[in-house]
Amino acid sequence: MESRRRSPLMWLLLLPFLGLLWVPFYNQRDPVLFGFPFFYWYQLAWVPLTSLILYVVYRAVRDDR
Amino acid sequence: MTADLDIPALSVFVFFFLLVTVMGFVAARWRRPETLAHLDEWGLGGRKFGTWITWFLIGGDFYTAYTVIAVPALVYAVGAYGFFALPYTIIVYPFVFAVMPVLWQAAKDKGYVTAGDVVYGTYGSRTLELAVAVTGVIATMPYIALQLIGMEVAIKALGLHGELPLIVAFLVLAFYTYSSGLRAPALIAFVKDIMIYIVVLVAVAIVPSKLGGYGAVFDAADAAFKAKGSGGTLLSPAQILPYASLALGSALAAFMYPHTLTGIFASSGGNTIRKNAVLLPAYTLLLGLLAMLGYMGHAAGLKVTSNNDVVPALFKTLFPGWFAGFAFAAIAIGALVPAAVMSIGAANLFSRNVWKAYVNPNVTPSGEAQVAKITSMLVKIGALVAILVLPTQFALDLQLLGGLWILQTLPALVFGLYVSWFRAPALLAGWAVGFVAGSVIAWSDGLKPLHSLTFGDTKLTLYTGLLALAVNIVVAVVVNAALTLGGRNPAVAAGR
Repeated sequence: MESRRRSPLMWLLLLPFLGLLWVPFYNQRDPVLFGFPFFYWYQLAWVPLTSLILYVVYRAVRDDR
Repeated sequence: MTADLDIPALSVFVFFFLLVTVMGFVAARWRRPETLAHLDEWGLGGRKFGTWITWFLIGGDFYTAYTVIAVPALVYAVGAYGFFALPYTIIVYPFVFAVMPVLWQAAKDKGYVTAGDVVYGTYGSRTLELAVAVTGVIATMPYIALQLIGMEVAIKALGLHGELPLIVAFLVLAFYTYSSGLRAPALIAFVKDIMIYIVVLVAVAIVPSKLGGYGAVFDAADAAFKAKGSGGTLLSPAQILPYASLALGSALAAFMYPHTLTGIFASSGGNTIRKNAVLLPAYTLLLGLLAMLGYMGHAAGLKVTSNNDVVPALFKTLFPGWFAGFAFAAIAIGALVPAAVMSIGAANLFSRNVWKAYVNPNVTPSGEAQVAKITSMLVKIGALVAILVLPTQFALDLQLLGGLWILQTLPALVFGLYVSWFRAPALLAGWAVGFVAGSVIAWSDGLKPLHSLTFGDTKLTLYTGLLALAVNIVVAVVVNAALTLGGRNPAVAAGR
């Protein structure tokens, strides 16, 4: 369990924090997508992206006991 | 009764409410245990909930009825700033993924039911255990009251006035929670979540087409904020740090609450929790879309007396009565699930970490469950009375402080999972300073969640809870270092 928990892939878990807490990066209107300003679709896009990242890490660290 | 009573809406509402009431009582027999007179069964559903049950339960418990009302209301009122709930409910999952399976394993191995158990088991300190338990209970009570506010809004939207419908709904909830424990909200969560998904998906698909598309919705919102002279569909520079710090602070606090921890402890294993961290963001997508209803309120030209009426008014304006009734039923049932789990979480804390620790250390497992059942009843009645007697703002203010308070239990609950350096007195000192300093700062800011710090000519405004957590951690580290260096380690470290 210890070794699995220390998988280097765990570092990927920091990506959503970086992507979403650096707010000036996405606090803008353009480019607009399907009527949604960038501010909105960028943050919404992080929802499936975070799921995907977590799934990748899950494959590496799951313990089948 | 009044003229605005909508019979189709009311019929649909009553049908679904009766359905979940029956389910609540039947739940005692669902996945039937040998006995419900044990806290592992009544309060944690036997720690056997698999991926899907956990998904519905935590989803139903974390994304509450009040959220459905309040997030669009905030977006309607202030715009982009109200969307901080979106990054908050995304970054919470990497945190859950990394921390909660470790916590679950500790709980499973040592038979912990509550956060107080974890702290006592790790540090052997009754005082720290009590601090964590009491914080959990007082942070949860206003949260339950908030669910009542959500339910009240939905009931009022049906045209029912007076307090009787709310009292009846809540008594029903109290009785089936008493008899079925965590199994009741877990079963009802299936109905509640599916209803909410239907409502939100229909709304976000149909409403914009009635209002000219999402582009038009954003334009209308922009125009409304310009006319009002405040708010906007993008953040002002001064709102950026508050936005980020509220998102981070809320994400760290979210799974320290007794109701979310109960959902974690009740799951069947670490992998169940990890899979849920992968799957639960589906609710976040829903929440993001739901928040759009605030802007749709502007596009539909709604004029409401209270921002909380935006969602009900939107449904009443744009949908036939029966669908509006379905939506209101979804919101009201959406209040039942979190209210039940919250009262169970608070009751588990009281039974394990106050009653067993201080009143009757020799209490039997069935006695422990009995104390919890009665406490869950009292907690709910307390919240009901608070809502009926005190001003609504009181519950909102307390809920705000509750988030700040519960965040101060994070070091005591989480640090011990990773490092064995900390001692109980240091964590207790950190908790106390964070709790008191945070409350005083929030109070002096007029119970606003943000505090401004001035360094020379730069002014930083951020979430007070996060600020208090930083102070908490610094104090814990300094006191611990002093204790360690002074060589006066108290005889703690039980179990480590």
